[in-house]
Amino acid sequence: MVTGRLRGMLGRRPEAAAVPRAPERQQPADAAPIDIAPNDPALAYFQSASGPVAIDDLQLDSPAVAEMRAAGVKLVVPLISQGELIGLLSLGPRLSDQEYSSDDRQLLEKLASQAAPAVRVAQLVREQEADVRARERIEQELRVAQLIQQQFLPKELPRLQGWHVAAFYRAAQEVGGDFYDFFELPEGKIGIVVGDVTGHGVPAALVMATTRSLIRSDAPRQVSPSAVLERANDFLESDIPANMFVTCLYAVLEPVSGTLRFANAGHDLPYVRRSDGSVVELRATGMPLGAMPGMRYDEKEATLAPGDVLLLHSDGVAEAHDPGREMFGFPRMRRLMAGHTEGQGLIDGLLDALHRFTGDGWEQEDDITLVTLSRGADVRAGDLMAADVAVGDVLAEFEVASEPGNERAVMERVAEAVRPLGIEGKTLERLKTAVSETAMNAIEHGNEQRRELPVTVRVTKQNGRLAIAISDQGGAKEIPEAETPDLEAKLTGLQKPRGWGLFLIKNMVDEMNVSSDGERHTVELVFDLAKAAKGGTNAGADRR
Amino acid sequence: MQEQTAARATVRHQDGLAIMDLPARIDGTAEQTLNDAYAEATQGDARRVVLNFSGVEFLSSTGIALIVGLLAQSRRDKREISSCGLSDHYREIFEITRLADFMRIYPDERAALAGS
Repeated sequence: MVTGRLRGMLGRRPEAAAVPRAPERQQPADAAPIDIAPNDPALAYFQSASGPVAIDDLQLDSPAVAEMRAAGVKLVVPLISQGELIGLLSLGPRLSDQEYSSDDRQLLEKLASQAAPAVRVAQLVREQEADVRARERIEQELRVAQLIQQQFLPKELPRLQGWHVAAFYRAAQEVGGDFYDFFELPEGKIGIVVGDVTGHGVPAALVMATTRSLIRSDAPRQVSPSAVLERANDFLESDIPANMFVTCLYAVLEPVSGTLRFANAGHDLPYVRRSDGSVVELRATGMPLGAMPGMRYDEKEATLAPGDVLLLHSDGVAEAHDPGREMFGFPRMRRLMAGHTEGQGLIDGLLDALHRFTGDGWEQEDDITLVTLSRGADVRAGDLMAADVAVGDVLAEFEVASEPGNERAVMERVAEAVRPLGIEGKTLERLKTAVSETAMNAIEHGNEQRRELPVTVRVTKQNGRLAIAISDQGGAKEIPEAETPDLEAKLTGLQKPRGWGLFLIKNMVDEMNVSSDGERHTVELVFDLAKAAKGGTNAGADRR
Repeated sequence: MQEQTAARATVRHQDGLAIMDLPARIDGTAEQTLNDAYAEATQGDARRVVLNFSGVEFLSSTGIALIVGLLAQSRRDKREISSCGLSDHYREIFEITRLADFMRIYPDERAALAGS
């Protein structure tokens, strides 16, 4: 007697609902469903109806009811489960051509009240099956993304004499777009890439694979890391999906000298832990790849001395949160770094600290990538180092009060301290200018000429490098980037005549590193003693 | 350490040019000294001013800013300004800062006089 199928859910979904069309007498099994629009007044009527509804008696301006009539539906029995209309039993005319009796109606009502919960259960099962299928699709996509990503991560790490390379990568649940890469370059150099694609899943993985290939294919032809990033940016910019970009650091290491040339497209700054325990950032500026066309990238150079550890990383560690939503943060990373003298130990230490910080049961928020390059402390970088007896000799350590004029006292004392190294002539003059300017900045800007605040100076010699670290107490303040002052602008009054200090310092030294532990600012001036030995003897015209 | 005012610069007029013998120390303390000396040098009809660095032992970035100030002033006055007696080191600094592109640099006073 009851014919037709139930389909979909009425009143649950915003899209058109459907009820089965009443069958033609000759073909009762093939009733086509009738769609009921969500705004059709029949829905509200059926929802509140008590028992079966005779369609011919209905006075409703309802397209669905009109359609039912046309299809020969005589009686509709709403299926209500937990107060919600979940479907309709619709019936055509009785086979006897009689009207439905009140007995029929009672029977149908009873049937509906028992069928409704069963139908609801069936609907829920179907929904769940659909969810499972959707989840499977997502998981399948994640597997594809993971596959792409793993395919393009290095299968093995480079073996470099005198160096130890370590790497750790762990994808987040959703697979972010982290990647790292090593490749050989002409003249025994090594290309190192660390990057992070915004977004997740297959699109991010494909952009990651593209970026990696762009850099790999271009790198051997280009000497300069900034040129490689510039070209990669221009290629990516035209193809990358909107709102997606890639932060990427590209460095070229010359393993014998420890020289690292690098350019950075908006990626997290690498850190170097010096063998004396200080930690410095390697700063070079540039926009992420794919964000804008025609970008230019800063290119910088640093030297990794024996005992130094370079850490390249993505934001997965620093931007992890503890249960109280506090962030792990870069300062914490730096502090941890100070306590580790080699790469693998540093990676383990960072992961341990991260685990303690986030607690058990933490769901990793983003991919984590950590890559370290440690230069063995026993490596000799050239014959000049043969004269170095002890590693990290401290030549002088002292402090002065923050009074104007004391920059010259610092200058004279440092000049005195480096005398045994045979530094003279041009290099000595440069050193004196760099030291006095740095000390003056520490006195005037860092310590704001507050007499009671000391400026501390530490002069060390280590495997061919002379390092002069000058610290003040203004650690919370930003030290501006050394920009090239514009003399024309200064002469025409467009710029103040001052502002030469940092620029001068940078031009006087082989390397300048700025670091801060939140309290103290330290500027480290580095001189390559091999270079000093060559350059120092040539400058004979100094009168001091 | 007590800050002392830098020694005065002396100004000599010779053959229509004014030679400013700069003090040993050119840093923030030398501002007044330099301005006074420049005023004295340009009082007469000297169209050329020579900054004599042969006695300079210490030139800081603030000192460079003062030299830039003198150079700007001389350009406004339409006077030619040049330098002599720079050590190799400070000559290098004049090149790095591009001061060397904006004023003639003579090795010594004699060459500066001959250049007039």
